[in-house]
Amino acid sequence: MANKTALVSLHQLSVGYALPAGRNVLFENLGLTLNAGELTCFMGPNGVGKSTLIRTLAGLQKALSGEVHYGAGPNQSPKGPLPHQVSVVLTDRIATVQMDVRELVSFGRYPYMGWGITLSKDDQQKVSEALEEVHIQHLADKKLYELSDGQQQMVMIARALAQDTPVILLDEPTAHLDLNNRVEVMNLLRRLARKLNKAILIATHELDLALQTADLIWLAGRGKTLVTGIPEDLVLSGVFDEVFQFKGYDLKTGKISHEAYRDKMISLQGDGHAYLWTRNALERNGFSVTSPGPSLPHIDVVEKDGHLRWIINQKTSFDTLQSLLTHFI
Amino acid sequence: MHWIHRKSWIILPLLLVLLFIVNLGLGSVSIPPGAILSILSGSETANPVWRDIVWEFRMTKALTCVLAGGALSIAGLQMQTLFRNALAGPDVLGLSSGASLAVSLVFMSQAAGLQMLSTPSPWAIAGAASLGCCGVFLVVIVIAQRLRDNTSLLIIGLMIGATTSSLVSVLQFLSKPEEQQTYILWTFGSLGRLNWTEIKVLTSILVASGLVALFSTKALNGWLLGDNYAQSIGIHLNRSRLVILLTTSLLTGGVTAFCGPIAFVGLAVPHLTKLLIKTHNHKILIPAVSVGGGVLMLFCDIVTQLPGSAYVLPINAITAMVGAPVVIWIILRAKRLSV
Repeated sequence: MANKTALVSLHQLSVGYALPAGRNVLFENLGLTLNAGELTCFMGPNGVGKSTLIRTLAGLQKALSGEVHYGAGPNQSPKGPLPHQVSVVLTDRIATVQMDVRELVSFGRYPYMGWGITLSKDDQQKVSEALEEVHIQHLADKKLYELSDGQQQMVMIARALAQDTPVILLDEPTAHLDLNNRVEVMNLLRRLARKLNKAILIATHELDLALQTADLIWLAGRGKTLVTGIPEDLVLSGVFDEVFQFKGYDLKTGKISHEAYRDKMISLQGDGHAYLWTRNALERNGFSVTSPGPSLPHIDVVEKDGHLRWIINQKTSFDTLQSLLTHFI
Repeated sequence: MHWIHRKSWIILPLLLVLLFIVNLGLGSVSIPPGAILSILSGSETANPVWRDIVWEFRMTKALTCVLAGGALSIAGLQMQTLFRNALAGPDVLGLSSGASLAVSLVFMSQAAGLQMLSTPSPWAIAGAASLGCCGVFLVVIVIAQRLRDNTSLLIIGLMIGATTSSLVSVLQFLSKPEEQQTYILWTFGSLGRLNWTEIKVLTSILVASGLVALFSTKALNGWLLGDNYAQSIGIHLNRSRLVILLTTSLLTGGVTAFCGPIAFVGLAVPHLTKLLIKTHNHKILIPAVSVGGGVLMLFCDIVTQLPGSAYVLPINAITAMVGAPVVIWIILRAKRLSV
């Protein structure tokens, strides 16, 4: 990607609230872009101003100073009004739960309709396409209150898609979802960015998911500015540790760090997932795990007839990790 | 079953016509249905006294029912959508209380030491009620410009209502019993006071505001998603809120001025209508509730005349008596009200 097309450009943008007592500035002098075909994850601790920046980019609140420029190219004026440029998925709940899914997704076509709000053939086509893209055609006639949280979020994404904008901004789209739904939402958004060449910005604090799906990270939390880069660069530079002040979480290995409180070494041999999870079980219970050495209790992880077995000092054998742990503790 | 839902809107206009005819047939003078039909068809042979009764009293009253019910229901629907609150009604903005305060000032001013009018004429009362509504409306608009969220506006409307009601109580405390009685009679509401000129005025208000409400359909539908989503799909929040508040005030003010503070219709009709017509689209709801409002008012007015036919009960007592159990029944049935 030598020539990226910027669909949103921020020019010396300052974001926050103008209060009677003075200005509460959350971000200052931002100069960033969102590019076509890229999924950007906007990360930072709670309360740092992620929602405020999303709202400002979406035109829902005024910038303190500076500009947000929409459309491809720096000197090109945006085509049509803002709702033709950018759509949003917010944390607001929809109160009208008796509405059906197709009705809600149709709201995405409002920026293209007159006061008579009649859906043209083209509008109906766009609504159906949006439902298909998110794989929720089968939910089209369901009422909102019949949906699970994950399904509701998919509907809100379909609504944004029906708005047919080059840019989609999402505020915490995976909050309140279980792991499976979180992964599904993130994968969907990445696929949409690539396939439909959209610029997608997701505000989230789901660190692990963001690191594995984002093309680019905007990281907030150090001063009133944003650090940007691809996920791997930011992990290795240590800037994440600085911002999030991890307590017992090692980002580089992606694991929770355990204290070896039993003061007891165990040597372990095995391979693959079985080795990793055995090690995890031992470390979680306060043992230090090393590679094979003399005069240490030794565990072999072996697979026989599709069953895992743990053998201590080549004598005692266990068929679950739980029974192995009971032996040691 | 499906086609019943789709065609169910036909019930409303049919009911309206039916109740309208029944309403014309009822009154303290009994006129046979055949005579009423011949009077309506413009026949010259009809009894002239009966003709006067039908045209000058019953027809104006029935039309007032249709107009007032329609106006209050559109106002109620708009308020429920704007505030996304199932219990909102045209009176929540404090408009009716504003009207009440102004009217009570007219009736009871002497007690407070002010000589505003020697004898309150109907037009003076209508004028006072309109002024009261307008006054409260202006306060609400000024506050609405400063507030971003509708819930605060709703609470402020209720507070304005509470304040004006307490001012009315003070006035009542200071006034003579006869004056109080005239005021209390006004608060009962009345549908039979309007002459043809006043009906024309009320019709213009309803038609004009109804059309503006129809033009606000997109904004009203957009509000269903909440402020942020509405704005993100291109609804101008402040402008549409102003238009919605303006039409609501005109509708409520107009009806209150001519018929007194009629309670409950604005709150109940949108819910009753949505029970019959399951949609959230205001393009359908606005015409539907305006017809539904007429139906409920005609029905309530028929109930006021039924017992013995000699006395006519106050309309305000009946609207709540009919409306409240219905709303309770809906809530118990549906477990939740949809806005």
